[in-house]
Amino acid sequence: MKKLDHKGYFFIAPFFAIFLVFNIYPVLLTFYYTFTSYEGYGTPEFIGLTNYIRIFSDSYFYEAFFNTWKIWGLNFALQLGIALLLAALFSDLRFKIKGLGFFRAIFYLPNLITISSVAILFSIMLDWRHGSVNMFLQQIGLISEPINWLNQPVTAQVSVALILTWMWFGYTFIVLMAGVSGIPGELYEAALIDGANRWQTFVHITLPLLKPIMLYVMITSLIGGLQLFDLPMLITDGLGAPEGSLNTMVLYLYNQAFRYNNYGYAATIAYALFLITVIFSAITFKSMYRKSVKE
Amino acid sequence: MTRKQYTKLIVYVCLVLLAVISALPFYMMIVNATRDTKEILSGFSFLPGSSLIENYQTMMDYVNIWLGFKNSLIVSVSVTVLSGYFSALTAFGFAVYNFKGKNPLFIFMLLMMMVPGQLGLIGFYELNKFIGTLDTFIPLIVPAIASPFVVFFLRQYLATTLHPTLLEAARMDGASELKIFHTIALPIMMPAVATMSIFTFIGSWNNYIVPLVVLFSPEKFTLPVLMGFLKGSQVAQNLGSMYIGIAISVVPIMVAFLFFSKYIISSISAGSVKE
Repeated sequence: MKKLDHKGYFFIAPFFAIFLVFNIYPVLLTFYYTFTSYEGYGTPEFIGLTNYIRIFSDSYFYEAFFNTWKIWGLNFALQLGIALLLAALFSDLRFKIKGLGFFRAIFYLPNLITISSVAILFSIMLDWRHGSVNMFLQQIGLISEPINWLNQPVTAQVSVALILTWMWFGYTFIVLMAGVSGIPGELYEAALIDGANRWQTFVHITLPLLKPIMLYVMITSLIGGLQLFDLPMLITDGLGAPEGSLNTMVLYLYNQAFRYNNYGYAATIAYALFLITVIFSAITFKSMYRKSVKE
Repeated sequence: MTRKQYTKLIVYVCLVLLAVISALPFYMMIVNATRDTKEILSGFSFLPGSSLIENYQTMMDYVNIWLGFKNSLIVSVSVTVLSGYFSALTAFGFAVYNFKGKNPLFIFMLLMMMVPGQLGLIGFYELNKFIGTLDTFIPLIVPAIASPFVVFFLRQYLATTLHPTLLEAARMDGASELKIFHTIALPIMMPAVATMSIFTFIGSWNNYIVPLVVLFSPEKFTLPVLMGFLKGSQVAQNLGSMYIGIAISVVPIMVAFLFFSKYIISSISAGSVKE
């Protein structure tokens, strides 16, 4: 046992002072608001569990919940699929694909750009009449009529999911490649000698050994995905239209707080979001962990 | 050509196609920034037009985008410096000294790391209203002093790189604890601080919801908030000007990426693989 040395407090004091004031206190204050009908001025009025009862019967919240899941789910499936395919190609000994550094950098580029710039870029490129996307598709003859991407519920959700995929597949690919580089090369050589084909190598070597990394990717993506806000906010000017299909949980929270001044209810949405995140992270972690233990 | 070569060719074509998809929107953005609204409306083109300067002037008549650029730079640089320095300080405190409540405090910090940013947003807004810091950069900059993830990363780094005998030697020479931190520990931590700084900078530069909530005056808007402002304004009528606004917000980052892509990509890899 080392002897106690209280000089350490001096070094961690600034961190914890700021942490208490700007992190802990706001989180606790928000929790207090969930029991009030606070509207941003005067003193918060205590209303017990009213906000919690309201959220359970709030169809807009359910809608926002399912929208968020639909958009995240489609985006994540595509993103992981593309990234896995790329990782399999680049780790294949028979192909020996060149230019990993170049492709990695190009694929990662969209992730680097401020999401608000991405949102505005795509909202004008996907414009019904004047957008470059429709014009391009018409010029190459793929479609005859312009598609009103952002004004129909399904195409709007698909568009946002595709934009997110475009932004994130490069990042996921880099992370997966980092995992692949940790797999001993002898395993691949042995598989090659044993005459395993590409699919067998991928399923029996790459996939199981990448599981911890995929768990990391999935949980971080889930946490980020449930907080989806910037894209729907900017694309729909904060409305979440068409037909509420781009109304996500955080957009709903933002509108309740800063558009309608329902601070108390918005605080409750924040806590519901937190609870949902914790539950689904735990489920993901548990199911993935169990599977990897079994194998 | 053999069958194997065909497959390989197809793979390369697909990779190049994917690379084109990744870069095409940026190319279209740059091309459209040089065309006037009429040209943009008349169809899609791979060739630039000649209205670059006009578009720029139209946009500047409404919004000074460089002001947003400057604001974003002030905020992000301050955040990066504060987060780097104070996280190193905290990590040093946790790694070197043994004090009462050290482990509970560390675990508490790690637990709070899992709490999403939106959870305290409303309380954060009210706090800043109460202390009078709304519409200033303070709520954007000062909280960076407490960055749990950076502290965690640096503490792990220190635990493996800082040898206790080094500290003993410095103490024998009569150096104060703070001096030891500045002259020995901080330089040792610099590579790890640099890695984290890239993330911190990008994260702060791209942050949208907090500045959106706390800033009201257009002259204080950071770039992401200013872009949203641009979309809702008169400038949105002039497509070329919109594109040039977006281009200005994007191109410097792309240029920086050209120089730093190696470091950025290796730091993503380093952040994700923790053996």
